[in-house]
Amino acid sequence: MADLRRPGLGHACIAVLRRDLTLAWRQRGDMVLPVLYALIVTSLFPFALGPEDALLRRIAAGVVLVTVLLAMLLALDAMFRSDIEDGSLEQLMLAPQPLALMLGMKILAHWVATAVPLIVIAPLLAGMLHLPAPVMPVLLLALLLATPLLSLLGGILVALTAGTRRSGMLLALMLLPLCVPVVIFAAGALAAAQEGLPWAAPIAWLGAALALAVVLAPLACAAALRIALDS
Amino acid sequence: MAHWIPLWLHKLSSPPVFYGFAGKLRPWAIALALVLGLVALYGGLVLAPPDYQQGDDYRIIFIHVPCAWMSLFIYGVMGIAAFIALVWRIKLAEVVAMASAPIGASFTFITLVTGSLWGERMWGTWWTWDARLTSELVLLFLYLGVIALYHSFEDRRQGARTAAFLALIGIVNVPIVHFSVNWWNTLHQGSTIRLLGPSSISPSMIWPLLTMMIATKLYYIASLFGRARVDLLSLESGKDWVRQIAENEVRR
Amino acid sequence: MPAMTSEPSATPLLEARALSFHRQDEPVFGPLDFRLDAGELTLIEGDNGSGKTTLMRILTGLLRPEEGELYWRGQPLTWDRCSGEVLFLGHQLGLKTELSARENLRFAIGLHGHREHSDIDNALTRVGLAGFGDEPVRKLSAGQKKRVALARLLLVPAALWLLDEPYANLDRTGIELVNGLLEAHIAHGGAALVTSHGAVQFHGGEPQRIRLHG
Repeated sequence: MADLRRPGLGHACIAVLRRDLTLAWRQRGDMVLPVLYALIVTSLFPFALGPEDALLRRIAAGVVLVTVLLAMLLALDAMFRSDIEDGSLEQLMLAPQPLALMLGMKILAHWVATAVPLIVIAPLLAGMLHLPAPVMPVLLLALLLATPLLSLLGGILVALTAGTRRSGMLLALMLLPLCVPVVIFAAGALAAAQEGLPWAAPIAWLGAALALAVVLAPLACAAALRIALDS
Repeated sequence: MAHWIPLWLHKLSSPPVFYGFAGKLRPWAIALALVLGLVALYGGLVLAPPDYQQGDDYRIIFIHVPCAWMSLFIYGVMGIAAFIALVWRIKLAEVVAMASAPIGASFTFITLVTGSLWGERMWGTWWTWDARLTSELVLLFLYLGVIALYHSFEDRRQGARTAAFLALIGIVNVPIVHFSVNWWNTLHQGSTIRLLGPSSISPSMIWPLLTMMIATKLYYIASLFGRARVDLLSLESGKDWVRQIAENEVRR
Repeated sequence: MPAMTSEPSATPLLEARALSFHRQDEPVFGPLDFRLDAGELTLIEGDNGSGKTTLMRILTGLLRPEEGELYWRGQPLTWDRCSGEVLFLGHQLGLKTELSARENLRFAIGLHGHREHSDIDNALTRVGLAGFGDEPVRKLSAGQKKRVALARLLLVPAALWLLDEPYANLDRTGIELVNGLLEAHIAHGGAALVTSHGAVQFHGGEPQRIRLHG
């Protein structure tokens, strides 16, 4: 009889994280694309609206937020795509590990590979639009809470489209209603910070939503994947 | 199958039984919806007195408000059907959920258009980021997402189950969106004109509204039954009962 | 000789009763009855489109059968009950082409566990890939990729192997390799279900055969 020792959860989580991050690093050209996209979109705004400081300062936070969101949407499609095509996802689903946790690790790896570079570049984007320096920490905090939330919500939707061929526009359509509250609270915090008002409440809402999503989204993602691949 | 489901409901969920039942009920629902709709329109457009502030402009509520109710009601029906479809894998529930989506999207669209028309008269603008209108717009996107996801699958049952899951996520999302949009609106001190003050409504306005509400519900039932019947026929095209229907059609 | 004629125990490893599958109301296969005990090899034969791959996916628990029942060690089969005891090798090999063979195998071990007395180097040598361990998989040929996937069979513990077309893309030595792996697995009391559309020669005794008609 074959020995049926199963690897510990920690081992499996590290294995998934390590593989996905190695893959992301080997294809780091793909990681640069969303960053470039965000840079281009942000630099288009002054051209479209005119280079007045006051106007740019007013819209800076919102523009950076929406740009980061769109850049993440661009990369979202690839979250499970290659895993479905080469059969790795089947292997993951058949592994003696909780699928939700493994998918959570994949989402985490995807967040590290796509959102973290965007967060790193965000101060530069905000600087291009003259966002006041005191608001910068709030922007980073809002992005640190909002981007994982988007990755988690996006993960569920990507899982739902796993059985379809083209899903780029479909994902955008599906994600929009889900990301409205995220954008509202993140932008709300930034607007409050810019006007010198207390901004803790919307940030707290975002944090609460993130805490909920961290627990629930991987479970929903696993359920969605089982439904979407059941054919 | 769970045991607590009543037997008649279980029987009704069998495609041939539902097909026959829906076929019998549908003409009645259409006729009643038409009659009640005309009565409500007469009551609303002719009998009801003009508003002392808005004049005749307010009369659009006899379309706008019932449609807005229906947009939420149908989403609720779709959510319940989606839940049943996912938990008990009942084919009819999948069909009902997916047939409801386009009807709900249409009602949402009418709500947005009539709201916009009304807004032009009242606020002088076609669109305002009012909390209710914005929520309604998000609702439209939720509907469209469900429809698009359903149609992106080759296997229709698989598409239905997947879209049903999205509909359930939407059910969780709707109150969150509504809450966040309300919060956002107060933050930006938007013009939240109360369209329907609780005191300003007279009984002569209420009865056409309620009649129209019933008419739209009946229309929904008729439309849903029609769509569900077609979907059932194409889903079950290999089964005996469908073949029998086809043979009867040919013989006629 | 492997124990091909072991007594049919009270609870077989895997049992199918009146299993059938329809796609959009078109019957794909079935109804099908079979049982599989430890130390037994079963061949699933059938032409293209006869539903071999579909049957495989049902047996992994990825796909639900429309009618009929499946039992795993006497209990209704669900994906979480048999996961970790079943090793599936499908058309898509589940290899990351950007990673090396060694990295791919290390990931499989991290996820599925490690069989005793096995290591990656030995497994690679056994499948004839000594010296290719650090090449990115995308640089390997189709047959070599298949061999990397076969090395997983040596490394990961499993009671039941589900091999979908394991002979595809393999040369004569590769086919011998698969047969050798199967014989060793059966001899150690493992069970295997293998699909193929061609004739398979198996030296470890006469396997059970399931014939699917398209």
